[in-house]
Amino acid sequence: MNTSVNLAGVILKNPVLTASGTFGSGIEYSEFVDLSKLGGVVTKGVAITPWEGNPTPRVAETTGGMLNAIGLQNPGLDVFCERDLPFLSKFDTAIVVNVCGHSEEEYVKAVERLAETNADLLEINISCPNVKEGGIAFGTNAAKIEEITRAVKKVARQPIIMKLSPNVTDITEMALAAQNGGADAVSLINTITGMKIDINRRTFALANKTGGLSGPAIKPVAVRMVYQVAQKVSIPILGMGGIACAEDALEFLMAGATAVSVGTANFHNPKVTEEIVEGIEAYMKRNRIEDINELIGCVK
Amino acid sequence: MKRYESLTILESSCLQEGIYSMTLDARAIAQEAEPGQFVCLYTDDLSRLLPRPISICDVDKETGTLRLVYRTVGFGTKEFSGKSAGDTITVLGPIGTGYSKVAEGAEAPKRILVGGGIGIPPMLLLAKEWKQAGYEVIAVLGYRTKDTFLLDDMEKYATCYVATDDGSLGTYGTVIDAIRENNLIPNGAENETVIAACGPMPMLRGLAGLAAERNVSTYVSLEERMACGVGACLGCITKTKSVDAHSHVHNARICTEGPVFDVKELCF
Ligand SMILES: Cc1cc2nc3c(=O)[nH]c(=O)nc-3n(C[C@H](O)[C@H](O)[C@H](O)COP(=O)(O)OP(=O)(O)OC[C@H]3O[C@@H](n4cnc5c(N)ncnc54)[C@H](O)[C@@H]3O)c2cc1C
Ligand SMILES: Cc1cc2nc3c(=O)[nH]c(=O)nc-3n(C[C@H](O)[C@H](O)[C@H](O)COP(=O)(O)O)c2cc1C
Ligand code: FES
Repeated sequence: MNTSVNLAGVILKNPVLTASGTFGSGIEYSEFVDLSKLGGVVTKGVAITPWEGNPTPRVAETTGGMLNAIGLQNPGLDVFCERDLPFLSKFDTAIVVNVCGHSEEEYVKAVERLAETNADLLEINISCPNVKEGGIAFGTNAAKIEEITRAVKKVARQPIIMKLSPNVTDITEMALAAQNGGADAVSLINTITGMKIDINRRTFALANKTGGLSGPAIKPVAVRMVYQVAQKVSIPILGMGGIACAEDALEFLMAGATAVSVGTANFHNPKVTEEIVEGIEAYMKRNRIEDINELIGCVK
Repeated sequence: MKRYESLTILESSCLQEGIYSMTLDARAIAQEAEPGQFVCLYTDDLSRLLPRPISICDVDKETGTLRLVYRTVGFGTKEFSGKSAGDTITVLGPIGTGYSKVAEGAEAPKRILVGGGIGIPPMLLLAKEWKQAGYEVIAVLGYRTKDTFLLDDMEKYATCYVATDDGSLGTYGTVIDAIRENNLIPNGAENETVIAACGPMPMLRGLAGLAAERNVSTYVSLEERMACGVGACLGCITKTKSVDAHSHVHNARICTEGPVFDVKELCF
C-alpha cells in the first residue's frame, strides 16, 4: 500500500501535515505525537525579526470552532534557525517553514535566509498585514500575490507554497495569480475573518476586535475552495480548514488536495494528527486502495 | 510528562451553590503534579473544542487521585458538574510551572497563602506541601459571605484568616484588609515571608502593591484564555519585564512559564 505523495517535488511519507501556528515548531506536541509518523510539520509563521503579536484575549471559542488574533508573535529567524530547525531535523518528517512579513522586502529577506537551511519547503503566509498599505492583507489582491510570488521565487532554493486567504470574492483568481508568479504549490485555506462579542463584558471577545475563524465550522467552505482551485490550477494543493479526523482529510484529498494540514483539532486532541494518519490507512485497507494518489482529485 | 487521557470520576459533589468538587482516578498525573499546576478538561460536545483549564486542588500520590474544585460559569463547567462517579472525562495534564518556582528564590520560613473565591482551590495542595516541608503556613481566604468552602480542608494545614465581602465572617473587606488587620507581616518580618496568591485580578494587583510597599516576595497565579494548553499557540501570554523563553519578546506563556509568576516579573 502506498501512502506517499509528491508535494511540489518533495516526497512526503503520507499526506498529513500540521497547520501553521497550531503546532509551534513541533517541540510541544512531540510529547504526544511521534513526529516521524507525520508527512510533515508546518511551523508557526516566522519573520526576519521577532514580532510581539497582539494584546490578550487572543483566542475565543465559537460553536464548532474558534477565533484567534495572535498577531503572528514569533522569535524571528535567528532563534528559529538556531533552536527550532535543529529540533525538527531529528525527525524523519518534511520541514515546512511558514514565513510572514510586513512588506515584500521582508518576505524576500526571510526566504533568502532560509535558502541556507535544511527546510524542505516554504509556505508563504500572505494573510499578513501590509504595513505600507495600511495593514490590508497582501493576500486579497491578485496582482500583489503574483508580484510577491515572483519576488520570493527569484531568491528561493526550496519549493514555494503560497498560502491563500479565503477572505476574497474569488479564490481561484488568487490561486491563478500565485501560479502565474511561479508558485510550486498553493495552500488553502487560512482563517476566515470573524468577530465575537462578549455580552457579559459588553465588548469584543478578542482584544483585536476581529480574529480568524478556524476549526470544523469552516470545513465545508474550505472543501469547496480546494475543489474550485483544483479545477483551475495545475500546481498541487495543500488543503486545510477544520480537519479533525481521517474522514475529513479524505474529503480534502478527493476534492483535489495532494496533502492536508491539521490545525485547530490539535487543541482538542493533541494526538489527532497521528490518529488521522492511521485512519487514512484503515480507510485504504477497507476499500482496497493500493495507492493514495488514486484518491487525489477523484471527485470531479 | 503531560498525559492526555480519559479518566474515571471517583467522586463528584456540590460544595455550595455553583461550586463543585471532582475527584479523578489519575495515577500518572497525580504522581507528577505540583502545587500551582493545572489540568485541561474537555467537554463531550464536539462543538466546544477548547480546553477548560482547572487548577489542581489536591492530589494523593498513594491512591493516585486528583481533586479539582471549580465554579460553574458556562457550558463546560456545567457539563462537568452533571457528571457522576463512574463517568469519564478527558484530561490533559499536569500543565504549567507552579510554586516550585518559589524554592529557587526564597528560603523564607513563613508562607502566607492568599486565595480569593475560586482562587482558593490551588492553595490547598500548596498548604499541604509547605506544611510538610516544615514552613509556618498561614492562609488568608476571601469569600463573598460566611458560606465558605474548603475552609475545613485548609485548616488541616494552615492557620486560617477569613475576609468576606459582606462582613458576615472574619474581616469585613478584602484579603488585603485581613492581612493588615491581623498584622500578618509585622515590621522586620519582610525577608522571612513569602506570599503566594490566586484570585481575581483586582486582588492580585492589590497584593502586588502591598508586595512592592513592604518588599515581600510575592508569587501569583494568572488566568488567560487558552487554546492549546501546551505552549504552542501563543494564545495565553502575559507581558513580562524580561524577555520570554519562547519568542524573546517579553510575552511569557501562562500555560508554560506560568501560571505562577513572581510579581516583580509582571507588568501589572
Ligand atoms: C490556569 C487556570 C486555572 C484555573 N483554575 C480554575 C479552578 O481551579 N477552578 C475554577 O472554577 N476555575 C478555574 N479557572 C477558570 C476556568 O478555566 C473557567 O471558569 C472555565 O474555563 C469556564 O469554562 P465554561 O465552559 O464553563 O465557560 P464558557 O464561558 O462557556 O467558556 C468559553 C471559553 O472561554 C474559556 N474561559 C472562560 N472563562 C475563563 C477563565 N476565567 N480563564 C480561562 N478561560 C476561560 C473556556 O475555557 C472556554 O474555552 C482557571 C483558569 C486558568 C487559566
Ligand atoms: C492559533 C492559530 C494560529 C495560526 N497561525 C498561523 C500562522 O502563523 N501562519 C499561517 O499561515 N496560518 C496560521 N493559522 C491558520 C492555520 O494554519 C490554518 O490555515 C487555519 O487555522 C485553518 O485550519 P484549521 O481549521 O485546521 O485550524 C493559525 C491558526 C490558528 C488557529
Ligand atoms: S494555551 Fe497555547 S500557548 Fe498557552
